[in-house]
Amino acid sequence: MFEYAPAPESRDVVALRDSYGLFIDGEFTDGGGVFKTVNPADEEVLAEVASADSADVDRAVAAARRAFDTVWGSMPGRERGKYLFRIARILQERAREFAVLESLDNGKPIRESRDIDLPLVAAHFFYYAGWADKLSYAGLGGARPLGVAGQVIPWNFPLLMLAWKIAPALATGNTVVLKPAETTPLTALLFAEVCQQAELPPGVVNIVTGAGETGRALVAHPGVDKVAFTGSTEVGREIARAVAGSSKRLTLELGGKAANIVFDDAPVDQAVEGIVDGIFFNQGHVCCAGSRLLVQESVADEVLSSLRRRMSTLRVGDPLDKNTDVGAINSAEQLAKIRELSDIGEAEGATRWSPSCSLPDRGFWFAPTVFTGVSQAHRIAREEVFGPVLSVLTFRTPAEAVEKANNTPYGLSAGIWTEKGSRILWMADKLRAGVVWANTFNKFDPASPFGGYKESGYGREGGRHGLEAYVK
Amino acid sequence: MSRLSVRKTYKLYIGGAFPRSESGRTYPVTDAEGAFVANAARASRKDVRDAVVAASRAFSGWAGRTGYNRGQILYRAAEMLEARREEFGLPLDEVDAAVDRFVWYAGWADKYAQVVGATNPVSGPYLNLSTPEPTGVVGVLAPSGLLGLVSVIAPVITTGNTCVVVAPDAVEAITLAEVLATSDLPGGVVNVLTGQAAELGSWLASHEEVRGLDLTGAEGEQAVEWEGLAAANLKRVRRPDPAEDWPAEPALARLTTFVETKTVWHPIGV
Repeated sequence: MFEYAPAPESRDVVALRDSYGLFIDGEFTDGGGVFKTVNPADEEVLAEVASADSADVDRAVAAARRAFDTVWGSMPGRERGKYLFRIARILQERAREFAVLESLDNGKPIRESRDIDLPLVAAHFFYYAGWADKLSYAGLGGARPLGVAGQVIPWNFPLLMLAWKIAPALATGNTVVLKPAETTPLTALLFAEVCQQAELPPGVVNIVTGAGETGRALVAHPGVDKVAFTGSTEVGREIARAVAGSSKRLTLELGGKAANIVFDDAPVDQAVEGIVDGIFFNQGHVCCAGSRLLVQESVADEVLSSLRRRMSTLRVGDPLDKNTDVGAINSAEQLAKIRELSDIGEAEGATRWSPSCSLPDRGFWFAPTVFTGVSQAHRIAREEVFGPVLSVLTFRTPAEAVEKANNTPYGLSAGIWTEKGSRILWMADKLRAGVVWANTFNKFDPASPFGGYKESGYGREGGRHGLEAYVK
Repeated sequence: MSRLSVRKTYKLYIGGAFPRSESGRTYPVTDAEGAFVANAARASRKDVRDAVVAASRAFSGWAGRTGYNRGQILYRAAEMLEARREEFGLPLDEVDAAVDRFVWYAGWADKYAQVVGATNPVSGPYLNLSTPEPTGVVGVLAPSGLLGLVSVIAPVITTGNTCVVVAPDAVEAITLAEVLATSDLPGGVVNVLTGQAAELGSWLASHEEVRGLDLTGAEGEQAVEWEGLAAANLKRVRRPDPAEDWPAEPALARLTTFVETKTVWHPIGV
């Protein structure tokens, strides 16, 4: 293997400010407190960000309500749609700036933020823009907006999750108060500038940054008509309890422990690419990551040696280097969790392997890791690691593969690798998961519904189905 | 001397059989004038668990049937209900409305997937299909009245779910269970418990094997408490709607509350 020369993306395209305020009623304002957001690749403090307390959340919800009552809720769909088209266009124009900022704040490789996140973000706004004046064709009855949507999103795809939440909410005539994750608030605040450039009426989109307390205040706020959350199953449960008995509508996009199933007739090279994409994409910070590899026993050795060879070519390091495949772990806290679960994997008797790779001295890093000899009872096979850690189990028959794949409280996604069409259809039918990728993995598209069975949450985002969460 | 009538014993309906309550408890049911009708079974926590086991066992078989077959069986239920319309002791137009409700849902069984599913035009060389699938075992707190009862059970099973129903009106519920037991509906698809909803609801709402909870017949505080319990395993919940208009043609929402959308991707041309 030969080494590539470093190919860093320039940071100059981003004008980082020292401090960022909350975005309420079309203006940036101070909040009740402040916190710092760091670059996980080198622990450099990027900026100070306002933290919203309950009074700030009150102001944001009031602004959203006013905007809903006076302008947005009654605006003809064709006009709402044009605002969304404007936003989509501005996002395309400023895509490089957003991609660099996303990689700085999140730690994901620029290759992914530039080639996957940003194109999808713009595509989501384009997709839902076109729905705004066609809701009567969506098969959802009267399709009237709910009112104010309180939305809480995670740190793994900060801007993409914002797009998944805001685009359908606005298209259907709702106004929004969105809380980004505390470790990745910057692209949401840059998005606020996009709203200003698009001349979106004040209060239609409000961004309140902060940690768990801010999220709780938003979810529990009596002025919120709809709650949408993406994050851990644990927090999802807490939210479901909090809204019980209220009139708030709720959708949840929660954790996963997806089985990626490789049969003996699968083309090995393609399957290995799919396995790598399934678990090492976005450092494994993916709720639908293919974190449990189920490989047919007869080809397990061949697949695993091929996988190890492929993993040895992954480049781990500077997220802003265009050759980087695996970037930084998003936070010290997440790194500690990944380390803890990996240590438990070893302690429970699974065999751990990582390619030799040098990790930077500063920042939060974890080498791509594969565990073999894993049993279904092992914690690394049951709990969501949310990092670049793959557990490998084997099976002999298709029925056993189904049994093992479904043996989890989660049900977000699954992968199937086989050349046999009827087996794909049989497996896809049996798997209890909301997204099934056959001979591919981790594909996303605004036209395609996404969401989980069982404890992976309820409701769907994307496609016509995604509108349902925002209308009555 | 006039003939002494043979009275019916109203028992529970679990797994296609009619057992007494495991607890051995009963409660007297009276008619509108207050006259004694029967000692109905008062279900216990253990009966809830047995019913969930039965519903869980029946799920894969019922969900795996074709929509056409499920529709046939629902229509058969309508036939049997029509034939037994006198047995409920209700005004016949009330029973007729319940019959018609079964017929309405029977027709949906092989159509709803076409209405709520989709082929998604994604931007890439992929076939991308979304289809609805049943959620699993659904706990149903039924409202009173035969039409209400049929209106909550039929949509749940039309889509392939199985259910455990807590019904307030013992005579109507168990008579309906007898209709279902003679209508080719496999045992365990519908399980009916009579007794006190207040006593049974929390066990149903907190059961790990129950994947959905229909609170239509639950009252104020209890509905809130049970929705909170349902959060433990993130059950899909349908909240009660006091303004529900039973005779009106139902919206699609009762069918779709307890279905999942599964989206399958496959590359094209590779």
